[in-house]
Amino acid sequence: MHIVVCVKQVPDTKVIKINPKTNTLDRRGVPSIINPYDAHAVQEAVHLKRQHGGKVSVLSMGPPQATAVIKKSIEIGADEGYLISDRAFAGADTLATSYALTKALEKISKTSPIDMVFCGKHAIDGDTGQVGPGIAKRLDIPPITNISAITKVTKDYVELQRKLQDGYAHIRSTLPCLITIEKEINEIEYAPFPNMLKAVNYQPVVWSIDHLEDVDRKQLGLKGSPTVVGKMFAPPKQEGGHRLEGTPEEQVVQLVEVLKEKQYLFHFNKG
Amino acid sequence: MPEKFDVIVVGAGPAGTSCAYQCAKNGLKVLQIERGEYPGAKNVMGGVLYKQQLEEIIPEFWKEAPIERPIVEQRMWLLDEESAMTLGFKGRAWANEASYNNFTILRAKFDQWFARKAQELGVTLINETVVEECLVENGKVIGVRTDRPEGEVLADVVVLADGVNSLLAKQLGFHQDIEPAQVALTVMEVLKLPAETINERFNIEDGQGCTIEMFGDSTKGHLGTAFLYTNKESLNIGVGATLSSIVKEKIKPYELLEYVKNHPIVKPLIQGAEEAEYLAHLIPEGGYHAIPKLVGDGVIVAGDAAQLVNGIHREGSNMAMKSGSYAAEAILLAKQKGRFTEEVLAIYREKVYESFIGQDLKKYKDATETLENHPQYLKEYIPMMNRAARAFFTVDGTSKREKQKGIFNMFMERGKIRTVQDMYRAWKVMK
Ligand SMILES: Cc1cc2nc3c(=O)[nH]c(=O)nc-3n(C[C@H](O)[C@H](O)[C@H](O)COP(=O)(O)OP(=O)(O)OC[C@H]3O[C@@H](n4cnc5c(N)ncnc54)[C@H](O)[C@@H]3O)c2cc1C
Repeated sequence: MHIVVCVKQVPDTKVIKINPKTNTLDRRGVPSIINPYDAHAVQEAVHLKRQHGGKVSVLSMGPPQATAVIKKSIEIGADEGYLISDRAFAGADTLATSYALTKALEKISKTSPIDMVFCGKHAIDGDTGQVGPGIAKRLDIPPITNISAITKVTKDYVELQRKLQDGYAHIRSTLPCLITIEKEINEIEYAPFPNMLKAVNYQPVVWSIDHLEDVDRKQLGLKGSPTVVGKMFAPPKQEGGHRLEGTPEEQVVQLVEVLKEKQYLFHFNKG
Repeated sequence: MPEKFDVIVVGAGPAGTSCAYQCAKNGLKVLQIERGEYPGAKNVMGGVLYKQQLEEIIPEFWKEAPIERPIVEQRMWLLDEESAMTLGFKGRAWANEASYNNFTILRAKFDQWFARKAQELGVTLINETVVEECLVENGKVIGVRTDRPEGEVLADVVVLADGVNSLLAKQLGFHQDIEPAQVALTVMEVLKLPAETINERFNIEDGQGCTIEMFGDSTKGHLGTAFLYTNKESLNIGVGATLSSIVKEKIKPYELLEYVKNHPIVKPLIQGAEEAEYLAHLIPEGGYHAIPKLVGDGVIVAGDAAQLVNGIHREGSNMAMKSGSYAAEAILLAKQKGRFTEEVLAIYREKVYESFIGQDLKKYKDATETLENHPQYLKEYIPMMNRAARAFFTVDGTSKREKQKGIFNMFMERGKIRTVQDMYRAWKVMK
């Protein structure tokens, strides 16, 4: 079984700030990390490899520094990594990104046919969740999003648990297919030492645009990106409000008063 | 079958990286293992890095290393509750590149830089991994076991540069548990302040730094010291005391630091600064007597792990680097001979003891113990000196001869014999 996991390098949104004046992301001094959902996707692929044999590859698009997320994937247990890196890819939205990744996946599958493509549920910097389904559409394979468990894998199909708003759906899909992964699918394991050793000196296969085949350059990068960001803003801070003081008992009495006044309460005793 | 290296270095502080760097430079296959997220992530130092020992490894390192300020002035303050006897040296020579003496640094940045230099020479550095024990076969160390799955890895020689509380050296029986009197617990803060403000308050220019060591009331008379060093745009302020006095006197280190920060002599220098980081770390203070067994079959102990710190002169990083260099020399010799036995590696031990490291530690071998057993030096004499100075410099119509007599009598209040004994003892441990 050959699984390819698409991984993205993202700024750690835990430490990122939005400049309130310009409404742009302030990336100064913000560490880059592997998109957390993608890390779970790599881990899941490694689990499946352990059970069913085969190979796990990872694919990333980004600047040369994105090698770091491929190394991280090797630590988790991926076998090999591909980085597509070229100025022509820069400024890509989800449409153009899925196009570039698809071209790379097609090239990978020529030497080693792909059974499943994994992506994270979404990237924490854009939160769109569109790249995975975009790739599936272009490859003409089923996209199955928000997967929280992979329950069965055979030569021809997989059974999956898909997370819904208020429950789970059990799904069977033919192979090949594309799956996007939820965090709850697994815990990232403490990486074995030999993986750490392999990862430090690992150099991924790096492809520029010239390495990819049948590429329509108009669909790449900024040119191939119809998305326009209309406006960016930080959610306004909650302000003001009325603070209740006193002992818990006093506060409860005050709270009930407020609720009564505002008529937020059902009137139990009326009926 | 675990992978095998020529050398495994445990720890990416100054000792470990110095050794790894020089082994790799001479063609050895080196694995360095660090438990922090990156080298320096958790490492703490007041901040004075000496030039000499690093320059021997990387000539003119200051041109590219993340140093804060070359130090041009060193001050020493003997504090009582509201005054200070001050002493110091400022020299233009130290502001000259050709004759730099030492620098302030921030360890998180510096250790990363130094480790990267070693990696450029081929050192394989693995972070976020704890070495749990040495693998021993027939009395010879043959590798280490890390806390990771499939965590064993082999080498001809293992260098323990794992810092002050070296559990690994202890497991090998090289030293006993560290006594509370043999380590100091130091807490430290990085305080942000604009460069111009620092320059003004410390009377220095851009590219010049100043250090202040404080004794006496800075630790409320307990055995320890406080320090205040200038970085480019921040100050490092810290205070430490031996673990034994912290326990005995029930000192809370962070309260002591607050006390120092609010001391009337210190406060104006740090006023308005913003607290950016809070750090705590142990310093080996056992000195000469606490040096453990330094070599065994297939193993060398270096830096703080070997207790190589001169507490009196706050020299530790330089001894760590130098001992790392000596370790590398011994390993290269052993490689040549094809034998990594204790007998061959013993050259490391000789070099450490014969160099300034061994000699300086020997010179002060009884200093900590003496100060610990005779608290009067910090508790009584420093306030007395302050009183004497105040009396002497106050113009109040008393003749100078009268003043001298008064001061003499003040010192003799403790009893002539005791005072003379104290002075003799002090001279003996410092000579
Ligand atoms: C507050 C303070 C102020 C100081 N001021 C000065 C000063 O101004 N000038 C000076 O020269 N010295 C100073 N020192 C002393 C100096 O910091 C040390 O002597 C020096 O850091 C020793 O270097 P080292 O490499 O031996 O140990 P460390 O710098 O402690 O490095 C040890 C490394 O090993 C790692 N490690 C430990 N155990 C393991 C394990 N089991 N597996 C993997 N990794 C491990 C640690 O994470 C660490 O990175 C000061 C110390 C303190 C605490």
